[in-house]
Amino acid sequence: MAKKRLSQEHNNTEVKNESAALGKEQETAAEAVNAAEETQKDKAAAEVQKGEPTAEVQKEESATEGSGKEEKQDKAPKADDGSSKKKRTMGLAARRTMNGYLFILPWLVGFIVFYLRSLILTIQFSLSELTVGAVGGYTLEWKGLENFIYAFRVHAEFKQILTTSIADMLIDVPLITFFSLFMALLLNKKFPGRTLVRAIFFLPVILNADAITAAMDLARQMMAGGLSSTSAEVAESVSGVSIDYYIKLLGDLALPDVVLRYIVEAVNRISDIITASGVQIIIFIAALQSIPGSMYEVAKIEGATAYETFWKVTFPMVMPHIITNVVYTVVDSFADSDVVDLAYKTAFKLGNYGLSSAFSLISTVVTCLILVIVCRFIQKRTFYYN
Amino acid sequence: MGAGSKEKAVHKDKIEQRSVIQRFKEYCQGKDFHNDKKGLIASGKKLIIDIFRFLIIVGISYVILSPVIGIVVNSFFSDADAYNPMVYMIPQDPTTSRYDLVLERLNYWATCSKTLLYSASLMVIQVVICSMVGYGFARFNFPGKNILFACVVVMIVIPAHTIMLPLYTTFKNFDPFGIITLIKGAPINLMGSGAPMYIMTALGCGLRSGLYIYIFNQFFRGLPKEIEEAAFVDGAGVWYTYFRIMLVNAIPSVITVAVFSMVWQYNDTFYANLFLISSDVIIGMKISTLQATIANLDKILDPTIQELYLDAGIVLVMLPVVIIYVILQRHFIEGVERSGIVG
Repeated sequence: MAKKRLSQEHNNTEVKNESAALGKEQETAAEAVNAAEETQKDKAAAEVQKGEPTAEVQKEESATEGSGKEEKQDKAPKADDGSSKKKRTMGLAARRTMNGYLFILPWLVGFIVFYLRSLILTIQFSLSELTVGAVGGYTLEWKGLENFIYAFRVHAEFKQILTTSIADMLIDVPLITFFSLFMALLLNKKFPGRTLVRAIFFLPVILNADAITAAMDLARQMMAGGLSSTSAEVAESVSGVSIDYYIKLLGDLALPDVVLRYIVEAVNRISDIITASGVQIIIFIAALQSIPGSMYEVAKIEGATAYETFWKVTFPMVMPHIITNVVYTVVDSFADSDVVDLAYKTAFKLGNYGLSSAFSLISTVVTCLILVIVCRFIQKRTFYYN
Repeated sequence: MGAGSKEKAVHKDKIEQRSVIQRFKEYCQGKDFHNDKKGLIASGKKLIIDIFRFLIIVGISYVILSPVIGIVVNSFFSDADAYNPMVYMIPQDPTTSRYDLVLERLNYWATCSKTLLYSASLMVIQVVICSMVGYGFARFNFPGKNILFACVVVMIVIPAHTIMLPLYTTFKNFDPFGIITLIKGAPINLMGSGAPMYIMTALGCGLRSGLYIYIFNQFFRGLPKEIEEAAFVDGAGVWYTYFRIMLVNAIPSVITVAVFSMVWQYNDTFYANLFLISSDVIIGMKISTLQATIANLDKILDPTIQELYLDAGIVLVMLPVVIIYVILQRHFIEGVERSGIVG
């Protein structure tokens, strides 16, 4: 108690000496609380120093001895200090609210400044013609929907590129999803060299730079046909075995044309699919490991075969992660699509910023639309364990 | 559990340890009295499945690795090897002359160390900011939290190219709240420097920041609340708890995000192109002009030979990433699994 009185005296003298130094006074007030060994209060006082606007709204909570006495003490020298007293005693919940906002503050500022503002600007750009000024600024001329009409009606490539990107994606997404689920099932079991194999499967995610991918594509072609691909063509025609031969073979099986084309496309894309499914495989492996073992025990006791166990236990349990994977795949495939290249070229090589914004917006809207439809479709069939 | 059943279990283990071939031998000799035909069929089935799995894994690993192997091998080919159809995979006359030239043309050591410094510093910012935001979303309740978290998801879903033009204009005439105009009289042009990337990353909007925030959020949600409560009772402040307790517990996801952000930043050319960052700083951009450089400066006009130089360059660019990956690979994959991408 003696200690406390000392600090209070100190407080008084300080107020007399520098009545304007409000911040320092609060600091000493905080010290007084410290002396009373109230760590919680200490934090409150420390936060009051920051002076958050949200704090003012908070009502007084049950004031404790330390800060209560201090309040009385403070009232004597200064009467107009009432608002800071209320701050000092704000509740725990309010403090946590404030801290929550503090934690996300950097992101919130960034999101508003870069994303929200940019999105609005993009929409604005797409509806007008942008001319870059000599000094570096720009002027906008309202054009309405002209850019969009131009993109769909006049532009030679855009429609084609957009539809090819969507078609590619629609072919890839189910294949990648099922391929990665299949691979996850294979890799989930324990076998020698499992870590190495997992590392290899994740390699494409690591090596996804533009230059590397381009070189890899070229290398892949070379591996398939040798450096001089002409020799490979000759070899094919001699032995009579080529991709056409297999297509014919499948055609003889009287498969529907759509299915046939899908299979051929899938085979053509096998390397794309494998390289695009690194993250998805890892997500599925993690999902498989989170399935409780007791479920498999029950299935075994009930006499389920491996096939039944898969469809009745494993598949429903990984269902929720299929959505995660589909979203990831769709976003990923659109981020690398030709539409992006086209938008980039239109803006920075041809200088048509308005049209480029229109391209970007259209592709974004299409992506979001596909995501919503696909997610709805899967969600209806998804089983949630919890 | 009695002693008898334990013995039985041990015995059973012993049986299962024997290979199929052994079992088959025993079966033929009439020795095998523990197992009937059924057991043999079951273990044979297992063997077939093992072989099947082995074949698939080897095949797919080959598909993944073959271009990498191809690039590495090609970079050692001499001119004669490149045109010899008999040479496949193993160069007849290996040469390292490609590397000598490419090292010089890329100015490799300087460029690469600059790129690594650039991506490492961005990585540190990413980890600190994204974990902070993720923690804020995971552990605090505040009005509008759900809407704001939906915004994080929107950030993941919206491709960066949608907002590239406004970003470009923002940083071309950088002038937050008119402060810079007030001091210097005109907005400054940040194009051509790394500054836009640093600013964006520090504000939680860097390359794939949304994904990292999501990962951290999921991970922190999975941690027991008791740790924080204990820290709170012991008198730790919120920030102390976050930096000294939660971040230490989040090591798996920190490693995941660190590797992801380091590697993706190293590979990124989209933002580097957008902000016109000099190719002396970003090796990924320097490699894209390597072929033209070699054609014009060294007068190597044969595209096939140019490819070999490009392959050597690619190997050099891949090298740091692969080294990082090999070192952290084990922690990394475990980290991805445990870090709550799954939730």
